[in-house]
Amino acid sequence: MKVLVAVKRVVDYKVQIRVKSDNSGVETQNVKMSVNPPDENAIEEAVKLKEQGLANEIVSVSIGDDKSQDVLRTSMAMGIDRSILVKSQNTLEPLAVAKTLKIIIDKEKPDLVLMGKQAIDDDSNQTGQILSALLNWPQGCFISNLKIENNKVFISREIDEGIENLETSLPAVLTCDLRLNTPRFASLPNIMKAKKKPLETIDIDTLGIDTSSKIKTLKVIEPPKRKAGIMVNDVKELVQKLKYEAKVI
Amino acid sequence: MSVLVVAEHDNKNLKSSTLNTISAAEKLSEDIHLLILGNKIEDLAKSSKSIQLVKKVIICDHEKLENQIPELSSPIISNLAENYSHILAPSSTFGKNLLPRVSAQLDVTQISDIIGIESQDTFIRPIYAGNAISYVQTDQKINLMTVRPTSFEKCEEAGGDAALENITFIDSEVKTKFVSREVSKSDRPELGNARVVVSGGRGLENSDNFKLLYDLADKLNAAVGASRAAVDSGYIGNEYQVGQTGKMVAPELYIAVGISGAIQHLAGMKESKVIVAINKDLEAPIFNIADYGLSSDLFQAIPEIIKELDLLNQIES
Repeated sequence: MKVLVAVKRVVDYKVQIRVKSDNSGVETQNVKMSVNPPDENAIEEAVKLKEQGLANEIVSVSIGDDKSQDVLRTSMAMGIDRSILVKSQNTLEPLAVAKTLKIIIDKEKPDLVLMGKQAIDDDSNQTGQILSALLNWPQGCFISNLKIENNKVFISREIDEGIENLETSLPAVLTCDLRLNTPRFASLPNIMKAKKKPLETIDIDTLGIDTSSKIKTLKVIEPPKRKAGIMVNDVKELVQKLKYEAKVI
Repeated sequence: MSVLVVAEHDNKNLKSSTLNTISAAEKLSEDIHLLILGNKIEDLAKSSKSIQLVKKVIICDHEKLENQIPELSSPIISNLAENYSHILAPSSTFGKNLLPRVSAQLDVTQISDIIGIESQDTFIRPIYAGNAISYVQTDQKINLMTVRPTSFEKCEEAGGDAALENITFIDSEVKTKFVSREVSKSDRPELGNARVVVSGGRGLENSDNFKLLYDLADKLNAAVGASRAAVDSGYIGNEYQVGQTGKMVAPELYIAVGISGAIQHLAGMKESKVIVAINKDLEAPIFNIADYGLSSDLFQAIPEIIKELDLLNQIES
């Protein structure tokens, strides 16, 4: 089985982001960037499948500028065999990302595609679902458990009501929840080894797809700030305040 | 033009998220159609007809639609799309799972999780876990959007008499089979919809201690929530998680107990009207957004709060 993992480079989840002063977007220059957290779960799952002998080749792909090589190197340090960078100067919307991935998939012919359930920058939560529809492959979203046996795929999905269990088959597109596994840290020797693993670069303009933005961002602003509250001294004061000041109990 | 709302339901009742989404649709058109895809939904269709804002209820009733497999339901939605200027679904796990497939089928970009509607083509949505708010505009032939339920009021369920239309089921070849659903049963209010939410974090230390929170929640007729740390530690199920990758809540009162207040958690609850934080660590970031902070050991504070609430009730009765 061949597994393809889609990886996005995003502002690190610990960074308190800043809105640009001209309200054109969020500051991403000179900010720590990392692998999108649920994409790390997708990488980890692919590496586990290889360790279990279920996958024989695991490939990661990212779309972005040259800097996105970082997250691909990280994925290879975690155990991915080789990587593909689709070079694009522009930020792509989920539909364009899925179309781009489809072309890579048509060429690479993986049996399974894994990716995070959402990117923590634009929070769209769309790409896996769109890709599944474009490929006409089964979709499994927000998965927290995966078992593959004789070409059968058993997944548990996190839904608002609890957990949903589905059975499907390969090839499939699965999007990973943070609870799927615990991503490993890349060891220093593996980071060194990853530098020698193959990283292929493809220019997005050679793919012949429309990746233009369909949605125009008019402005990006800071959310309204909550005004600072007060510290109460004890439980009695808290309950009194909630009852007679805030009037919520 | 008309607006289509895709209903979230359990084949018997509409989820309240559907009512919030209908309110969002009202800002776009007076001609709102509600699409219900499900199995044995005659009664559900009848009760939905009385929603005042809905002009037409469209149902597709088929046993294969029982479990909301998106591969089956999305082509039915796409097939209706040409009649509508906007198609809306709640941005619950139901809507997130489903609507992007329609985006692929119609070749239009979906706008996720809108929290405001400026005009027919301009929408407001949070990005970066709500740490920035983006105003976006589109001139696509059709607008596909998921709607954050807590950002729109629930619409009235009565007073209307909508037309009813049955559409035929279009079968698609689907390899996915539903196996089971593990749903926790609780008499407490639904988390996304409760007036009061009591949430616990890693400070609770284990699942047994969550009983303390359940006691407090029952006193306040509150729903119980949790931080990702608490869910990851196995104290409580994933369906209770509040935050960027969990549920968004905006109750009148949110009580955060033993929650430090990571950005990702704040994303899910900072729209709450009144926030109370109880944490022994005075440096916990949750205090920066709390209306009332109590720096105290939660294992002492929670029983005391319950006692105080009992006292209040005695005085009142």
